[in-house]
Formats: sequence, structure tokens, C-alpha cells
Amino acid sequence: MGLGSLSGGCALSLESDLARVRGLGSAKDGTRSFWHQRITAIALVPLSLWFVVSLLCVMAANHADTVAWIKAPYVTTLFIALIVALFYHVKIGLQEVVEDYVHLEWLKLATRICLSLGAAMCGLASIVAILKISFGT
Amino acid sequence: MSSRPLSPHLQIYRPQLTSIVSITHRATGIFLSAGVLVLTYWLVSIAAGDNAYAAARECLGSVPGQLFLAAWSFSFYFHLCNGLRHLFWDVGIGFELKIVYASGYAVIAVSVAMTALTWGWVLSQGGVH
Repeated sequence: MGLGSLSGGCALSLESDLARVRGLGSAKDGTRSFWHQRITAIALVPLSLWFVVSLLCVMAANHADTVAWIKAPYVTTLFIALIVALFYHVKIGLQEVVEDYVHLEWLKLATRICLSLGAAMCGLASIVAILKISFGT
Repeated sequence: MSSRPLSPHLQIYRPQLTSIVSITHRATGIFLSAGVLVLTYWLVSIAAGDNAYAAARECLGSVPGQLFLAAWSFSFYFHLCNGLRHLFWDVGIGFELKIVYASGYAVIAVSVAMTALTWGWVLSQGGVH
């Protein structure tokens, strides 16, 4: 039990000041999203460069050749990795913008929920599409 | 609270390279987020078959489609380069004012050059079609 229970707002709390603020922040999840934003950013440096260069190479290809390209196991793998890192990065980034500019608590929460579900659904749709192309006949 | 003095807000400050690059990083991030929806659409169209893929290509190959892709590619290079700048800052490298400005100009120069190079190649291939 720290000084927080004596000097803080709630005299009955057994939490120390440190325990009370740990994990907080404007999104109430502390430094987790900051850290995950960095991890996905580092992953996206090679993955997004690979994607853009590949896109420039398959740009002129017809449907069959594009499908054949995605069917290669390493392309399927990198593509899914790209989608996971990308949509998570997008979700964190947009959430950060919302936290900076939206100050109504209920609207902030609603936007967070929509962002989480929207990013998850779009990411999932992309992965299903990749798997369908990769394992389809 | 309303009678207390406020610190000068955004419109008071003269625009600086550092603030412009910072705001552009955010703006390109938001624009790229719209781009991931196009990526999903593109993947779903390939999975849906030949006709859907042809429709998606026609859409992306139209003039507004190509303008969107051009803006997207600049946003991508800018956000990538400035994101790397941020990662270096995160480990404490490049915080001296001179280096902050030099890397800021480098981000702009590299992203403009990469966009030009990319579209030079795309147009030499006959554009997106």
C-alpha cells in the first residue's frame, strides 16, 4: 500500500498511485497501442515495399496470371502477413486521430468500437479472398 | 476556466517545415487508410473471378482511379519515409534541430522522387489498364 491511499482521492483504496495510473492514458490502454503501432510499422516497412514493387510487376498481368502469382506459397504468406499488420496499424492510427480530436466520451467509445470491428471485418474479408485465390482451383 | 489565458493556437504560428511534415504524416495516414478499402476490393475482385477483376481494373484504370492511385502512391512513400524518421526518433537518433530539418527535407525529396519514378515506369507501360 503506497501513499496514494492516504493522499489520493479515495481513502478506502488499497491501490498505490502507480497501480492506479498504470495502463491508463486517453485510450485507457497505456503504452500498448504505442508499442504495437511501432511493431506493425517495422513489419510494414519490408512488407509494403514488397507489395508495391510486386504490384508494379503484376500490373499488366491478366486474371489467370495474377491468380497464379498469389497462389505461390510465399506470396500467400507475405500477403496475409501484410494484411494483418496493415489493418492493425490502420486501426491504431485512426484511433489515435480520434482520441486527439474527439472529446465526447461516448462518441470516442463508439468510434473506437466501429474502428475495431470495421478493421477486423475488412482485414478478414481480405484474408478470406487471399485464401480463396490460393486454395481455389 | 474560461477566463484563464489560452496558449496561442495553431493558426497563430507561422507554418514550419516540421509542423507541415507532421500534419502531412497524419493526413497521408488517413488517406492511406481509405486506400486499404481499395486493396480489399481489389483482392475480393480477384477471388470473385475474371469479370469482377476486369471491372475492378476498369475502375482503377479510369482517370479518377489513376489520380487516386497517384495520390495513394505519394502518400505511401511519404508515410513510409517519415515513418522511418519517427522510428529513428523513437530510439533517440536525429533529434538535433539541423538533422530534424535535413531529414524533413529528405522525406519530401525522396517521396516526390519515388512517386515520379513509379509513375514514369507505370506510364511507360501504358498506364494502369
